[in-house]
Amino acid sequence: MSLVNDPVDRKDTARKKYCRFKKAGIKFVDYKDPNFLLKFVNEQGKILPRRLTGNSLKFQRKVSVAIKRARHLALLPFVADGLK
Amino acid sequence: MFQNQYETVFILTPVLSEAQIKEAVEKFKKTLTDNGAELVHEEHWGLRKLAYTIQHKNTGYYQLFQYKANTSIVATLETDFKRDERVMRYLTTKLDKYALDYSQRRSKGLIGKKNVESAPADSKEEKAEATTQE
Repeated sequence: MSLVNDPVDRKDTARKKYCRFKKAGIKFVDYKDPNFLLKFVNEQGKILPRRLTGNSLKFQRKVSVAIKRARHLALLPFVADGLK
Repeated sequence: MFQNQYETVFILTPVLSEAQIKEAVEKFKKTLTDNGAELVHEEHWGLRKLAYTIQHKNTGYYQLFQYKANTSIVATLETDFKRDERVMRYLTTKLDKYALDYSQRRSKGLIGKKNVESAPADSKEEKAEATTQE
């Protein structure tokens, strides 16, 4: 055990985030597809922040609107426990 | 008159019989066509489980209309929904150009369950989740 601050090798943290909508060429986020929107909520049903999903601002806005619409139509829960 | 494309999804109570559902759907279809709307597409999703209870019910019949109409028709349709006790929820959205393109592909069955949208996103899902957990 050395007392020197060794550089730590973090191999998998260096992955660059990307916006999956831009990458896949998806132009419209459908509120009628709850299984797809499930990727953007945590297990309590809260919308995940952009810092975790990597969405661009434009699509994060569309995702959040779509999730809110899906919630209104009872396709997604407002509050849940163990959604995943 | 200015025409827009709208999409309306509404939920009917599960206590209705098949015939009553048909009748209710026909009624709303009639309010649309009587007010000069052009029905582009419709879908009956059938009985679905709700994500949370509405009016002490856990299920509901979903129905979707897509139509081309004047701006004033939305208010007319929504008053009808409000006055009808069989309707538990409704949502009307205006379709922009991307939504139009999407719904056209959807009505042709190109999007389906796993096709244009989900397939490329699915493969990335694992990666996205991996980054989430870090």
